[in-house]
Amino acid sequence: MLMISPKMASGMQEKQYTPCLLNFFIYNPTFGPREGEEEKKILFYHPSEVEKNEKIRNVGLCEAIVQFTRTFCPTKPAKSLHTQKNRQFFFEPEENFWIVMVVRNPMIEKPNKDGKPPTVEYQEEEILDTVYGAVVRQCYSMYKLFNGTFGRAMEAGGVELLMQKLEKFFYRYLQTLHLQSCDLLDVFGGISFFPLDKMTYLKIQSFVNRVEESLSLIKYTAFLYNDQLIWSGLEQDDMRILYKYLTTSLFPRHSEPEAPCGTPKTVKLFRLAGRDSPLRPEVAGNLLHYGRFLTGPANLKDPEAKFRFPKIFVSSEDGYEELHLIVYKAMSAAACFMIDASVELTREFCEQLDGLVGPQLTLLASDICEQFTINRRTSGPEKEPQFKFIYFNHMNLAEKSTIHMRKTASVCLTSVHPDLMKILGDINCDFARVDEDEEIIVKAMTDYWVVGKKSDQRELYVILNQKNANLIEVNEEVKRLCATQFNNIFFLD
Amino acid sequence: MAEEHYLELSENPVQFEHASSVNNVFFDEANKQVFAVRSGGATGVVVKGPDDKSSVAFRMDDKGEVKCIKFSIGNKILAVQRTSKSVVSSVKTVLSLRHTFTHITRNASILGFCWTSWNEVVFITDQGVEFYQVFPDKRSLKLLKSQSINVNWYQYCPETAVILLSTTVQGNVLQPLAFKNGNVSKMSKFEIELPVVPKPAKLSLSERDVAMATIYGQLYVMYLKHHSRTANSPSAEVVLYHLPRDGPCRKSHVLKLNTTGKFALNIVDNLVVVHHQSSQVSAEGARLLGSAVVPSQPPVPCQLYSSSWSVFQPDIIISASEGYLWYLQVKLPPTVKLLQDKGKLMDFLLRRRDCKMVILSVCSQILEGSEKAGLPVVATVFDKLNQVYKEYLEAEQSYTAAVESGPSRGGAAQKRPVRTQAVIDQSDMYTHVLSSFSERKGVSHKFIIAVLMEYIRSLNQYQITVQHYLYELVIKTLVHHNLFYMLHQFLQYHVLNDSKPLACLLLSLESTYPPAHQLSLDMLKRLSTANDEIVEVLLSKQQVLGALRFIRSVGAHDNVSARKFLDAARQTGDQMLFYTVFRSFQQRNQRLRGSPAFNPGEHCEEHVVHFKQLFGEQALMKASTV
Repeated sequence: MLMISPKMASGMQEKQYTPCLLNFFIYNPTFGPREGEEEKKILFYHPSEVEKNEKIRNVGLCEAIVQFTRTFCPTKPAKSLHTQKNRQFFFEPEENFWIVMVVRNPMIEKPNKDGKPPTVEYQEEEILDTVYGAVVRQCYSMYKLFNGTFGRAMEAGGVELLMQKLEKFFYRYLQTLHLQSCDLLDVFGGISFFPLDKMTYLKIQSFVNRVEESLSLIKYTAFLYNDQLIWSGLEQDDMRILYKYLTTSLFPRHSEPEAPCGTPKTVKLFRLAGRDSPLRPEVAGNLLHYGRFLTGPANLKDPEAKFRFPKIFVSSEDGYEELHLIVYKAMSAAACFMIDASVELTREFCEQLDGLVGPQLTLLASDICEQFTINRRTSGPEKEPQFKFIYFNHMNLAEKSTIHMRKTASVCLTSVHPDLMKILGDINCDFARVDEDEEIIVKAMTDYWVVGKKSDQRELYVILNQKNANLIEVNEEVKRLCATQFNNIFFLD
Repeated sequence: MAEEHYLELSENPVQFEHASSVNNVFFDEANKQVFAVRSGGATGVVVKGPDDKSSVAFRMDDKGEVKCIKFSIGNKILAVQRTSKSVVSSVKTVLSLRHTFTHITRNASILGFCWTSWNEVVFITDQGVEFYQVFPDKRSLKLLKSQSINVNWYQYCPETAVILLSTTVQGNVLQPLAFKNGNVSKMSKFEIELPVVPKPAKLSLSERDVAMATIYGQLYVMYLKHHSRTANSPSAEVVLYHLPRDGPCRKSHVLKLNTTGKFALNIVDNLVVVHHQSSQVSAEGARLLGSAVVPSQPPVPCQLYSSSWSVFQPDIIISASEGYLWYLQVKLPPTVKLLQDKGKLMDFLLRRRDCKMVILSVCSQILEGSEKAGLPVVATVFDKLNQVYKEYLEAEQSYTAAVESGPSRGGAAQKRPVRTQAVIDQSDMYTHVLSSFSERKGVSHKFIIAVLMEYIRSLNQYQITVQHYLYELVIKTLVHHNLFYMLHQFLQYHVLNDSKPLACLLLSLESTYPPAHQLSLDMLKRLSTANDEIVEVLLSKQQVLGALRFIRSVGAHDNVSARKFLDAARQTGDQMLFYTVFRSFQQRNQRLRGSPAFNPGEHCEEHVVHFKQLFGEQALMKASTV
């Protein structure tokens, strides 16, 4: 059960353990208020094999802590509990429903001579409340996206249905949590936007409007390219969690060797010589296209194909609405179409959509790719960015990171040392505390400088590696970065 | 039912004395003049045209029956043909005719004559053409060019000064001749396919079935090919031959008439109009329009298509028996129903003369009501309009550039491009179509926004700068439907161009949508000419330090009004802030003028007093301390 990253320190054979999930449970204290009925409070418990009494004990402890701390501040109940070995996070997403996540602190195991058991050193201060607090909230948002609120399940089928839903959802979802690679980006929960020129953007607008017009069942549309968002018809908060799902779960599952953007020739070749491409283009009319469903039927031609799509819940004027989620992709362009869940989707509809959207999306995808390549060429050859930075705008949730590698299904790789990531997290906590614009410059170990800037609703974190740089030079360097990378936004120096 | 008619006769026809036993009526296509010759001219000749107002009257001696009578261009010289052998020309001064001289041919018989300028005339005889220059003072003619060729009949197109000669026995080999500045140039001759080749050969191509006209600036010969029982074609058709200035003539279009009978042709607004006498209808065909059979409606009560009607090119109908000359006109609004394909309809309308209001009403039609079209159609229509709009803008631009650079090169003064009605600009669209459409009840806001974005997309595609009021309309619509996130995304991708008014509009939205503040500031920043506005915005938000840092970063710290900042700092009630701002300006004063004191002109006295009250005299920066 322990995740081990085999990092060996020189000399002594040290073993380092990254933070990992110990427990994850959901309870509602009002469900079993009487003694002897405590088990009824527990709606979900991970790992499930834990002995019943231990479950009850752990839940009871959390309940007690929350109750106790409430006396000090009734409006802000406890969010986390720090202990030597682990850290617990409490979150009450709906009234009386509590989600608790217990994370074991990272630790270092030092072997002892003479066959004595190794000494374990817990690194209590290494993990950040903000990061894992955000992870818990994300868990709930993801559940809500696919199932609606806890209250909704209660209304529909009582505790039993809720427990079923929780079991079904979290059993799989918790396996995809990679706590060791959670960082500042999880706090932001931002959206990466695809940079695009106005004309191509307007073409996409036009495409979306036309599709929505001819397939009037479609209520909302979102458009992504290269796993980055270009257009969302959904409201911001819904898009945020849907984006998270698409980029960390759906797209990675369906990733395959596609023509990477940046080689338009390949795209052209794809268009002409469809036979040799790894994707078999669909022939609709006389147009070749590469469109396919990422949700729903894998192959339209299959007579056995099922036309079932995942359902999602998004906010609407009167509470929540339930929608079918159709994700359709052609090359690097993906369009999400959302349709009222009360409508039954048929083979005819899917064929119509495929015939309409497939060719257009294929064309758009290669247009975008071409445009993107031109832009990149005119803006000069892409150098390995000298600066490593994370940018986040609270207003539109736009995030940009040159620290993180492309996300894969399993892990989110960063190109900097975890210690530096922790400094970023710390600076972020400082920013969260005050409303005013500020700037923090930190000298880290070795030759690293970390600079955090906050201007209005924007945050920028820069990591610089300059030998013997002083404060003034670092400041100048960051100013230069702002002038080149962020010259079109209002960013106070 | 008036709506049903696509053609009409002009409202104010040229009226003349109708033809009778004592009054002969002639028409000159070159000057578009009607000659009413009473008693061979002895009791007067009245010339009217080209409009109802201009008229000339004179007398001439009756020397026999007049066969043809025409003024040269500009009414300088009158030529009268009475016999097939001679033409008499007289110079006209105000009301009398003087200096008469006569041109007589010997063997040939004169088929007719055409004036090609004020003093150049072409005589067409059965044996060829003779091109003369007239010297009225010397009462003589000078032969410029002559061409000998057997001629059956001829046609003249005054706009291009081209004479078309029918040659050979069957008459179907046509030879066009172009006249210009005393020169004749032979254009390539061509043969018209006859429906039946007669045996033995005889003249088979009638003058009546051939007409010349300029369509879209190009010269065409129109041939009315009648139905024949032997040929396969079940109905008559109009065959168009394109006559380019250089190069061979080419059969370019065939308009199928789907009927038979007596026809006549006109060209109105570059449309080919085919009159059909028995059914009293006219068919019109544009180059892009297939053909359609439509009835026409005269504004004056008279018998339609009476036997005395004569049709002249390009758009003239004369009823000699009633004494009217009409111009034929196209009524555009009803034609809209002819073409279901809106793209083709736009192509058709954009080429018409009085098209603006019709086009705009079509635009409104496809956006609302029963004839509402889909977005792809809307997009096509917008693209077609903007293409014409862009062409005009470009022509205008290159003209302006040429004017500015002066008449240095070649002296070929560029003509100012003519703005035709087909140029539909953004303000036309806004006033007549988009603004009322966007306020329409019952239209889904999704569709409204889609249409506005489509129009903006089309403008961008043709690289036309989008006017601010269109953006305003988009924003208004989005805000009205609470679609702020959509607006945010549009701004994020700079779909709505930056401008000060737009930034101010955004600022005004801040209370309902807080992120508008950031969007607005970003926009002001990008404009780079709006630093003052940025300072105002920041100060109004009590972000005095932010404003100070900003103004320093753009290097304008030395010139700003200290009082404005001090006012704002004092208003916050934050004493340390006031201290900081005050000291910052003292340092600036020190740097600029060598003294920390404020100039009297800066009106900072009360702030100095305030500062002393708060922090004491000794806290003031002293000149000597630096």
